[in-house]
Amino acid sequence: MENTPLRQRLRFIWEGLDPTLSTILICLVTIGNITFLSASSGTVVTWVEQSRNLLMAILIMWVTSRIPIKWLEKISLWVYLAGVVLLLAVTFFGQVKKGARRWLNIGVVIQPSEIMKIAMPMMLAWYFQRREEMVQLKDFGIALIFLLLPTVLIAKQPDLGTAILVLAAGLYVIILAGLPWKFILPFVGAGVIGILFILIFGNSICAKGVSWPLLQSYQQHRICTLLNPGSDPLGKGFHTLQSMIAIGSGGAFGKGWMKGTQTHLEFIPEKHTDFIFAVFSEEFGLIGNVVLLILFLLLIQRGLQIASTAPNLYTRLLGGSVTLIFFTYAFVNMGMVSGLLPVVGVPLPFISYGGTALATLGFGVGILMSINRGKRLIQT
Amino acid sequence: MVGYTDSTPLEDFQKRIRIALWFVMICLSILFIRFFWLQVIRHAKYSTASESNRIAIITTPSQRGLIIDRNGIVLARNFPSYSLEVTLAGLSTPVETLVEALNEVVKISPKDRANFFRSIQGAKKTESIPIRNFLNDEEVARFLTRRFAFPGVEVQVRYFREYPYQELGSHLLGYTGRVSLKDREKLLAELEDVPDDQMSDDFRPMKIKGIQQVGKIGLEQSYEKELRGTVGYNEVEITAGGRVVRNLSTTPPISGSNLSLAIDIKLQYLIEQLFNNQRGAMVVIEVATGDVLAFVSMPTFNPNAFIDGIDADLWKKLNESLEKPLFNRPLRGTYPPGSTFKPFMALAALEGNFRTPEQGILDPGYFKFGNTVFRDDAKGGHGFVNLRQSITVSCDTYYYILARDMGINAISSFMQTLGFGQVTGIDVNGEVRGILPSKEWKKAYYSDPVKQRWRDGDTISIGIGQGYNSYTILQLAQATAIVANRGVVMRPHLVKIIEDPVTHEKTLTVPKETTRLTLKKENLDAVTEGMIGVNRTGTGQIPFAGVAYPVAGKTGTAQVFSLAGKDYKASNISEFKRDHALYIAFAPADKPKYALALVVENAGFGATSAAPIARKALDYLMLNNWPQGVPPWKTLP
Repeated sequence: MENTPLRQRLRFIWEGLDPTLSTILICLVTIGNITFLSASSGTVVTWVEQSRNLLMAILIMWVTSRIPIKWLEKISLWVYLAGVVLLLAVTFFGQVKKGARRWLNIGVVIQPSEIMKIAMPMMLAWYFQRREEMVQLKDFGIALIFLLLPTVLIAKQPDLGTAILVLAAGLYVIILAGLPWKFILPFVGAGVIGILFILIFGNSICAKGVSWPLLQSYQQHRICTLLNPGSDPLGKGFHTLQSMIAIGSGGAFGKGWMKGTQTHLEFIPEKHTDFIFAVFSEEFGLIGNVVLLILFLLLIQRGLQIASTAPNLYTRLLGGSVTLIFFTYAFVNMGMVSGLLPVVGVPLPFISYGGTALATLGFGVGILMSINRGKRLIQT
Repeated sequence: MVGYTDSTPLEDFQKRIRIALWFVMICLSILFIRFFWLQVIRHAKYSTASESNRIAIITTPSQRGLIIDRNGIVLARNFPSYSLEVTLAGLSTPVETLVEALNEVVKISPKDRANFFRSIQGAKKTESIPIRNFLNDEEVARFLTRRFAFPGVEVQVRYFREYPYQELGSHLLGYTGRVSLKDREKLLAELEDVPDDQMSDDFRPMKIKGIQQVGKIGLEQSYEKELRGTVGYNEVEITAGGRVVRNLSTTPPISGSNLSLAIDIKLQYLIEQLFNNQRGAMVVIEVATGDVLAFVSMPTFNPNAFIDGIDADLWKKLNESLEKPLFNRPLRGTYPPGSTFKPFMALAALEGNFRTPEQGILDPGYFKFGNTVFRDDAKGGHGFVNLRQSITVSCDTYYYILARDMGINAISSFMQTLGFGQVTGIDVNGEVRGILPSKEWKKAYYSDPVKQRWRDGDTISIGIGQGYNSYTILQLAQATAIVANRGVVMRPHLVKIIEDPVTHEKTLTVPKETTRLTLKKENLDAVTEGMIGVNRTGTGQIPFAGVAYPVAGKTGTAQVFSLAGKDYKASNISEFKRDHALYIAFAPADKPKYALALVVENAGFGATSAAPIARKALDYLMLNNWPQGVPPWKTLP
């Protein structure tokens, strides 16, 4: 044993790390880090912080990829319940910052809604696994209740961005678990009609004094400024208008790294966090954007591939949902920055600044790798 | 099973995964089309927008509120001064080269450089950052003639804080200074509470940028929010280089509130002069209102030295001086009250029915408790002493016995109602509590179980204001004011009125009493009579000889250093270990208007060092007599 080559002895480090996923991830993280350095224009401190967050996320990913997926399955229910209890605690004892009640002080300040992004698909996948082979229509109803309870709590904080992500995560599991198409298609239809309606009648329904059902006034305002950002260039439309100028002025080839004037003259709000894509787009142009889109597509394609060949229902549903959540993050963020979608607080995966979001993503990728590893173990 | 499918569940799942992948590809394609639209088809339009038309927000600082004394004399104001300011976006040379080149025209000291390089860390490129303040006319002229050589550098008018009376009242006023990183965090946290709908996120740091100075200590710090006002801003169009093309809109700044103090600055000045460079503290309170008329901490310092960042040498000198000029003594210094504690002990004895005014003792000059002998100042004793006389002649033996009879619980619970060992709630940050000795306090204070236990012997010296007793002069003045005010508690305050700069609406800081203690009239009268005796026939008779109004007082001498049974001789002891001289008083004794307490540090006997200061201050308040030898007050324009 003493003569075992170093390569052999260090094997445990990369064993179980999916090479495809790892390569894509390294590319994304590198792009993110380079962009971040430009966005923080010289303030090295935050860049070091972000690099530390990245290393932490990679460590979480590595550890998670080593956890047998069976264990995760066992704790799914408890993680979910803990998440719900914490959310209720936030509702009653949470800290208020910037007018939203999202945080809980339990020695350290945590944001329980973040836990739900992963706990939700774990819970629903666990539920459908238990009901495997005997799924009835009512099971979808029960799953929906599991889904809506925390979603409503988060939406009430208010934190629309996270609520949408949690809702999406749960819906992906429910749809992948086989929710009959007759229930899905009407909603898709209604959504399409709704969007068309807003696009066509935008001017009249955004007129002064019109208030929409279901949405709060600031949410309505965000959608209206989206339709016409020029209507309020210094107010709510400021973010979108400036980031659209950044993207558009980047052109096909970009202005070059560290040369984005929109960025460096500080017209981009939240340029480290939710709007970092504007910085990337301004400096690397359409070429850069296409590379980024392809990387995300490859990531999602690989994730879905792992899910579709996963060993049991739990892993299939969890893997599929986690992958589609990556997609949702990316799509909503880039859509928002480019002025296609209203502004909600959703980061660009692996690229935006923020320790918690990175940790959650690292955990997600770790799950995918663990599923893949479990599958190979079964085969051999 | 739901009968919806003719395929197996796995096949159905894989079919759904394929659909999902298609969905993903469609969505990403939509994004691609959007990017293509923005970056290729509309590129020209957005490129122009980014090149020529930018909107920037330039902040306009608000005027800080004035601080004036109760008679309208201005104690803190703002003065305009020329500053040389740099806009990074407009520079054509590296910053380091620029600083060197500028130094040829206008002297830029190492301190200015350090401040400047600190300020540009993380600053906006379009922001104007001062590199040199307080330019004189000649320097301005010299720069303006060479201005063409320095694009991105401008002369601007900025407002600075000024304390016209220099050292006078420096501890109560405090000072402002540049916004430090810590201040920034505090300001950001303050803005965190403003809801999202009212202020967009990127605007928060901008608002802070407009704040050029913050209160660091004293009233400047405690009333920071009121004094600061609201930063204004202009929305302007700027070129790619960061130069302003035209103004789009203006939101003017709102000045901060003016503070009208309870302080009578003439009285403050008089007392500071009377201390004559001795160390100490004094607080004068108007009993009916809780107005603090004087809040003296000696020695003082010049707050103007801090405004543009204090010079390192001066800071070192102030900080390391044995006299501790930066230490706010009335607020943070704690002293054993010595014999000034006796009137309060007497009141406690009467209120708790431990004594009647007529009951007395025959004082042999000492009190023996167990094996310990507690001695009285007067060798051979004071003879027969009742409650009034015990105050008048300051008989220690009377209070040793009283303390033993009352026990520590009764003493500490009564003293607590007078505010001893409690914060008074005065409107300036940093007040300390001192120590009100009790069984609970001792248990919490010591970790050694042997020391934690309260011993009966501990109680004896509490009775004469020594032992573990340790209070601020503010507490002592407040307790005196409560007794003078017949139990009505008013929160002491330095600021009387806050005046809104826009509406000119005036708000009283302390409009009504906090509580009302139930103290018996005959008990208060007995204690007051004892205190009047102090200044007629007792320990205060020399300094108060020929006083034209009735005045109640009590001298005190507090041990700093335990002599362990040896005789006290000031000349044998190093200055900082000598006794503190204390004095409390209220006047007129029959209808009290003013209460005061003071300490002169390491000055020995209270009657000779502290009482004369109180006498002259009271003469000024009661009779408007200005003592000879003190330079007259001059109000500055």
